[in-house]
Amino acid sequence: MRIVHGIALSICALAAGVVLAGEEKIQLKEGPGVDKVRANCVSCHSLDYVLGNSPFLDDKGWDAEVKKMINAFKAPIKPEDAAPIAEYLARYYGKR
Amino acid sequence: MLGRRRFLAGLAVPAISSLSPASSFAAKVWQPPELPEGAIEEGGLERIAGKVPLIKRSFRPPNFETPLDYFRDPITRNDAFFVRYHLSGIPEVDAKTWRLKIGGDAARTPLEYDLPRLRKEFESVDLVAVCQCSGNRRGMFQPHVPGVEWGVGAMGNARWTGVRLRDVLQKAGVGDNAVEIAFNGADMPAIQGTPDFKKSLPVPRALDDTTLIAFEMNGKPLPHWNGFPARLIVGGWTGTYWMKHLTEIEIRSKPLSEFWMTPAYRIPAGLFPTVDHFPTQETAANQPITDIVVNSLVTSIHDGQRVTRGQMVDVAGVAWDGGRGIRDVEVSTDGGSSWVLAQLGKDLGRLSFRTFMHKFRVAAGDAPVVMVRAINQRGDVQSPKLILNPAGYHHNVIPRIRLEVA
Repeated sequence: MRIVHGIALSICALAAGVVLAGEEKIQLKEGPGVDKVRANCVSCHSLDYVLGNSPFLDDKGWDAEVKKMINAFKAPIKPEDAAPIAEYLARYYGKR
Repeated sequence: MLGRRRFLAGLAVPAISSLSPASSFAAKVWQPPELPEGAIEEGGLERIAGKVPLIKRSFRPPNFETPLDYFRDPITRNDAFFVRYHLSGIPEVDAKTWRLKIGGDAARTPLEYDLPRLRKEFESVDLVAVCQCSGNRRGMFQPHVPGVEWGVGAMGNARWTGVRLRDVLQKAGVGDNAVEIAFNGADMPAIQGTPDFKKSLPVPRALDDTTLIAFEMNGKPLPHWNGFPARLIVGGWTGTYWMKHLTEIEIRSKPLSEFWMTPAYRIPAGLFPTVDHFPTQETAANQPITDIVVNSLVTSIHDGQRVTRGQMVDVAGVAWDGGRGIRDVEVSTDGGSSWVLAQLGKDLGRLSFRTFMHKFRVAAGDAPVVMVRAINQRGDVQSPKLILNPAGYHHNVIPRIRLEVA
């Protein structure tokens, strides 16, 4: 479907910037892979998506979430980074 | 685990009545104890421009939930109305340069409107209707399912003012070959490749006189976060179809088969037998979520609340459904053994919240378990138990609210 974005719209500073004021407060647990989570996930969403979805996903559940980000949402995650990200999420924010 | 969470939640807010969302308790607010621990911890009150402090589910894209107290009124205040976005590219739309395009391969005459012309050329209509996120109460699913872990406040009820979508579509001319009407808004993905948020409706639903292009909410221009300057109103259907910052309408001869229509926003085929059909989108395995299932929310008491012997307790709240209208709200104070009719408040229309109220006295030796079930004009009743589905939609379980007698 050919849907053009409202290029004619005057697009000012992203209103989302207003919201970002609180985003820096979000702290992920330190551990192997956290740097890759920080580097990749924040390009599209704040990290509270991780915290809010815890702790109930198992290894498979977190792996499926990472794959959904790559396949459905086209997150530009390097193939070699996908597994460490999923492992970090399962280890620190997985089912207890 | 659940016990500990409930205890902690109870500590944060001893009684709903003592809680003002804008009070010094700002960081803490009542949340359903069933939510994931992480969601409760992250779900403090946060303020975004033009809104009272709301329960933060995510900063970016912004997802903010209305605290329970605001549902004591049948109409939800604009500055307390929930905020839900899928994508974080959210422009502040300038009403002066905003345009709405109507086209598509099944449109006879493509059109373009600016705001003053759109408002002038078509009859202005008002409609009170509930906007409820498909995933409202997702966080209360057991077992939990991934997604935005909403509590009870991803919904609101407002008086919407706008023009009928039907009138605009008829001006453009809906071809005999049209099967769906598709919608796009000004919001966009953060990165290239993420599917843009677009939705479609079956033609009859788009032509229904409760489908509007709205400019106002409760007599004021739409707040930025709720779709300024124009959004779709699809009375009775879940919020996913209520496109915000509407910029484009497409009259299509083929179904829209992009991510946000399929595989997103789907329920297993036949699992909820009474919901509206969307024939061009249904498969053997699943169907799009459509109308809101009958539901209610108790706003006067919560699970674990302390009461005293002899005290009169209000069981009050709101009930709503997908547009048949609320017939009855029944209340039990003995865990479901017996039920009485609550008194219904003013009827604001079949798509609106309907308030209800029942009072009872806590008798000696009682350990009241309060249950509430809404019934619509078709006879649909809230579900006695959770109907599991992968995306966590249509949570309308009859609550069990245990009161502790001191």
